[in-house]
Amino acid sequence: MAEAKRVPLSLPLLARVEGEGALELAYAQGRIAGLRLHIFEPPRYFEKFLEGRHYSEVPDIVARICGLCPAAYQMSAVQALEGILGLAPGPWVQAMRRLFYCGEWIESHCAHLHLLAAPDFFGCANVVELAAKDAGAVRRGLKLQNLGNRILQFLGGRSIHPVGARVGGFWRAPSAAEARALLAELQGALPEAEALLDWVLAWPLPECDQAFESVALRTETGYAIEGGRIVSDRGLDIHAEAFERHFSEHQVPHSTAFHCLHEGQPYLVGPLARLNLNADRLPADIRQRLHQAGIALPSGNPFHSAAARAAEVLYALREALRLLADYAPTDTPYVEAEPRAGIGFGATEAPRGILWHRYELDERGLVRAARIVPPTAQNQARIEADLAATLAEMSDAAEAALRQRAETVIRNYDPCISCATHFLRLKVERA
Amino acid sequence: MKPRLGVYKFTSCDGCQLALLNQGADLLALLDRVELVHFPEAGPSAPEAAVDLALIEGSISTPEEAERIRGIRARAGHLVALGACATAGGIQALRNATEAGSAWRAALYPQPEFIATAERSLPVSALVPVDLELFGCPVDGRQLMAALNTVLAGGRYRPSGDSVCGECKQAGHACVLVSRGEPCLGPVTRAGCGALCPGQGRGCYGCFGPSAQANLASLKAVFAGLGLSDAEIGRRFAFITAEAFRALEQKHG
Repeated sequence: MAEAKRVPLSLPLLARVEGEGALELAYAQGRIAGLRLHIFEPPRYFEKFLEGRHYSEVPDIVARICGLCPAAYQMSAVQALEGILGLAPGPWVQAMRRLFYCGEWIESHCAHLHLLAAPDFFGCANVVELAAKDAGAVRRGLKLQNLGNRILQFLGGRSIHPVGARVGGFWRAPSAAEARALLAELQGALPEAEALLDWVLAWPLPECDQAFESVALRTETGYAIEGGRIVSDRGLDIHAEAFERHFSEHQVPHSTAFHCLHEGQPYLVGPLARLNLNADRLPADIRQRLHQAGIALPSGNPFHSAAARAAEVLYALREALRLLADYAPTDTPYVEAEPRAGIGFGATEAPRGILWHRYELDERGLVRAARIVPPTAQNQARIEADLAATLAEMSDAAEAALRQRAETVIRNYDPCISCATHFLRLKVERA
Repeated sequence: MKPRLGVYKFTSCDGCQLALLNQGADLLALLDRVELVHFPEAGPSAPEAAVDLALIEGSISTPEEAERIRGIRARAGHLVALGACATAGGIQALRNATEAGSAWRAALYPQPEFIATAERSLPVSALVPVDLELFGCPVDGRQLMAALNTVLAGGRYRPSGDSVCGECKQAGHACVLVSRGEPCLGPVTRAGCGALCPGQGRGCYGCFGPSAQANLASLKAVFAGLGLSDAEIGRRFAFITAEAFRALEQKHG
């Protein structure tokens, strides 16, 4: 067989139009000869300006990394810092952190499902068009998104960059009356979260089967959210502090987001990875509904991420109800400690997957070094692998169809550049 | 004809756009009254189109962004800067006060030559005229809707220059500075959040930037009286809206 002619890919300056993702794709004799996903978000240097900051300032700083999942950043940070300080917050704080996190999962998943993902599966260019077609679904989505925000406000004062969380716990314990009001709102929305799952399970998700490693947190009991060991379906089982021995970040010329690899290979984090590893911890009825919809777990179809998000919204809402059911305020919403030097690690399940933090403090409690590995960096190599697998069959497709499929693939991972990939620029070479 | 609206992202966390998207029914009502031309997070994308009202999220931190904001300004009737990044350079402007720009890039990226950024993170107003600035990290959703409705009705909206202290008194919170000795930036921070942090029993950390009558020297003396070191006091102000406080300080010498 003649060797396919290779089309050399030129790598121009980073695509930089409105934080845009751009895809460069080259086909040679019907096969993919080159594929590059360009991502350019201007760097903001968080890890550097954390240096010299007191540990108590860290939660308010790292929240600013992401407006969509600030609580996740706060929760990974406090876990790492409390490890250094020898703080062990009690059951009230642990329960409220899980509740706080449930709010963020609901908010972030609903925003993704309705604003970014759904239009792809209804032949709409965007959510405004979708709202004209199915106003009820969009309204339900906005309502559930706002309920997630209400949970975040309950503990954080506001949903975007909440101010209630601190190292050691929360600044304030909400009153029993506030908890009752929230509980009533959440209870009222339960049927809507059930309906959301049914709605998403009926989406015409593309069929495909790919081989990839799923990596997620896992706990002794329950569906891991705010902590746990890092496990994979290929035998990995480590504490957060061992992360750097197994995972490494690489800079690639075409992106400001690092590529993070596990033993040199791409892997998946996020809702589908969680579902693949922790389905046994979901309530039986949710598992059964996924099964009835034809989703066999573990799933090698990345598009099942949408179903995983909807399942997690329902789970998180039920979990929030459980955590609030016997809520009582406490006199000690936080614990304090003397500063001490050391290194600490934190890993939690942000809506988009494992969010890993490492801090080094000096004896005054000032940050000496910080390292943060967000889920999007971990998924980036997997996105490229998915694109290569999906687009391999499409060498003869029209550019519009290629662009639409590529955007759908990328959006499915809910990368923090989701918004930008709505106008993915596609450059195709065919030889 | 409906006024044309564009929402543009620069260097930011997306939080201010999310504050708009979180407005639910109010947002849908607003969208009925405008033609949404550009708002990638919500769908439509036409970065080069002319608009009557441009909402800008994020700071200007790359040469490309500087060029892009000039283009948007040239095509926009009314331009509104949203939040701490667009009005003060944001938390990422902490690099401005240091030699950090290129040094940090070199420290974080093994191949810094691939990363094109400016040395400094700037507010929109440093590059182009801005018609209205809405402060906060993030902006307050209700204030944002009130401002948009006023502007769309042809009116003028000006956010209050009062300090957080007034909102705190209105909300009936005990003063955390006086009663608990918590260092609180409320006395010098612009109102708009509803005194969120004192409501949680903690000191304000200045998301909305300096108030109109801010007396930084006086508050610093109070903080020193609480036993804070110069470095600790400095860090209080070098935070979310660092550049705005720094500019005020330089003005007052």
